[in-house]
Amino acid sequence: MSPDLLNVLEVILNGLMAGIMYSLVALGFVLIYKASGIFNYAQGVMALFAALTLVGFQTGQIPFAHVINAALGTHLDTWGPGLPTLLAIILTMGVMVLFAYVLERFVLRHMVNQAPIILFMTTIGLAYFMEGFGDLMWGADVKTMDVGLPSGGSTWLESITAGWAAEGSNYRGMYIDVLDLWAAGVAIVLVITLTLFSQYTKTGRALRAVADDHQAALTVGISLRTIWIIVWSIAGFVALVAGIMWGAKSGVQFSLSLIALKALPVLILGGFTSIPGAIVGGLIIGVGEKLFEYFIGGMIGGATENWFAYVLALFFLMFRPQGLFGERIIERV
Amino acid sequence: MFYREAGDFKTSYSSDQQTFPIRLDRHMVWGILAIAFFVVPFFINDYWEKSVLLPFLVWAMAALGLNILTGFCGQVSLGSGGFMAVGAYACYKLMVAFPWMNMFIVVILAGLITAVVGMIFGLPSLRIKGFYLAVATLASQFFLVWLFNKVPWFYNNSASGMIVAPERTFFGIPLTGAESPSWITYLFCLTLVVVFAFIAHNLIRGRIGRSWMAIRDMDIAAEIIGVPPLKAKLSAFAISSFYIGMSGAMMFAIYLGTAEPTEAFGISKSFLVLFMIIIGGLGSILGSFLGAAFLTLMPVLLKNVMVNGFGWPADLAAHIELLLIGALIMFFLIVEPHGLAQLWRVTKEKLRLWPFPH
Repeated sequence: MSPDLLNVLEVILNGLMAGIMYSLVALGFVLIYKASGIFNYAQGVMALFAALTLVGFQTGQIPFAHVINAALGTHLDTWGPGLPTLLAIILTMGVMVLFAYVLERFVLRHMVNQAPIILFMTTIGLAYFMEGFGDLMWGADVKTMDVGLPSGGSTWLESITAGWAAEGSNYRGMYIDVLDLWAAGVAIVLVITLTLFSQYTKTGRALRAVADDHQAALTVGISLRTIWIIVWSIAGFVALVAGIMWGAKSGVQFSLSLIALKALPVLILGGFTSIPGAIVGGLIIGVGEKLFEYFIGGMIGGATENWFAYVLALFFLMFRPQGLFGERIIERV
Repeated sequence: MFYREAGDFKTSYSSDQQTFPIRLDRHMVWGILAIAFFVVPFFINDYWEKSVLLPFLVWAMAALGLNILTGFCGQVSLGSGGFMAVGAYACYKLMVAFPWMNMFIVVILAGLITAVVGMIFGLPSLRIKGFYLAVATLASQFFLVWLFNKVPWFYNNSASGMIVAPERTFFGIPLTGAESPSWITYLFCLTLVVVFAFIAHNLIRGRIGRSWMAIRDMDIAAEIIGVPPLKAKLSAFAISSFYIGMSGAMMFAIYLGTAEPTEAFGISKSFLVLFMIIIGGLGSILGSFLGAAFLTLMPVLLKNVMVNGFGWPADLAAHIELLLIGALIMFFLIVEPHGLAQLWRVTKEKLRLWPFPH
């Protein structure tokens, strides 16, 4: 194979990996949208908050140290060496469940029967709130996340692909981040777990019932409030996974919450209501924007990744207004 | 007792059709306008101009525009920041190309250019609805900001990539640039906002406004009774972008004086405008003003209290501000999802019956 072709192949592979990272965030959106009809803009901030909390537990930071220092004039920082990774992850999950409970108790409960746009705006308010809260609790400085995942180029893939190029060419092999490969594996496990959970457990069946029809679910005795807490907890779990992956890749900082914006075109491409849609949409967007940047981006000034995903999604929507896998929109007067 | 329709007799069609049919409303509007035009300019100082009044007027204009699109026509848009950028850059190019042109005309022309751009980006709304459309409008937001960053023609090849408003005078008084007195910039923006708020108020009472509201309430039913969706939706996009473009032009030329696309017209600005109309009240002209006032004044107030009052470090105050804004937005949406304008409506209802509520 010629090096050019191999380069394109490498771009496609990297695009697939990036796409999986987008899908990780989009998954959380789909879960909540299916179960409660809420378009949860705060998913990205939830990922940031989960990552911040995890790092905080790992490094043994004292929560709200900044506030206490400013109010009382003390110099608190850490309480000890920090917790082992696994324990920290479990504790963070506990925090996310607590968060889901508080959210249901104080916000969602009062928002039943509101228009979707109002619910959407509420989650944007929630995003602001959590961003401020996370910064207050753990500080706004950039943190590094170390959960023991390997990173750097995969030498294995590099050595294999180096042999594919024609003799005499100066091709060195493909560069794929091992972390991305891990993320792909984690995403696959996550999707399989979620699918099994929703297909074969009682709670999962209740979740699907609520997603189908709120009122019918209520009449057969499913508690909407419990379901909402469960759904938001699961979304918190997905956010935690996304936060770990993105945090390990690019550090835990404010920009992490902006991945929500990257997940939006993935969502409209795949359809709001479909878990496979979130995965396939993510892959299409990932590959599409990398290929566009590779072939055309250089000619028109680069950095096209900022907007290409949206335009691609818009293009798809022109032909399928409900997204690739979304339920058909039926409108009646 | 004082606020009522009864006894306010109309003897001609024109008085029956006037913008504010209740006498007290009319007096109140005239009173507020008189204070805004004839009292405030004498007391305005640099601090009030730069941190309270100009931002309020600029954002009120943007909120008016988005309210036309989202509140009256029901098309959710997250592209306001991008359209404001179009207005700002159009204003810049016009100011540089035609130095003799009156600033009113420059701002209005910038609005017209934005209207054309808005119509192009409004085309998908004919096929896509709801949240899908909201996300699709993000395409315009990111694409436009990218465009203004990457194409040097828009910023005349300036080394920093920023645009700086050249100094222009208004009948001999400097209007843009560092030399301009506070009262002239204030009056300039105020005039534009008042005139166009009046126009918007009348637009929505007329045929075109009614066709927007029909589309908002149910587009299929509207189509069946003969409202052309293409015309209604595209005109809403055009007029809304016209307002938002003017607000961008005012923000750049009068209020900030310099701008670069990523920060000044980023996605957070689109959300800010959307917050304003939701907190103020969707589908209400008054609501646009109330929402803009709330969201421009509250951060100033919070900052004053926390940094100057309590002496907290600025970054801590910024985080608390973020937290409080988020909490307030959620609180407002829970207690009054129809916005501040609804509170005013309820007050008016109560006033009509007062002091005999039954």
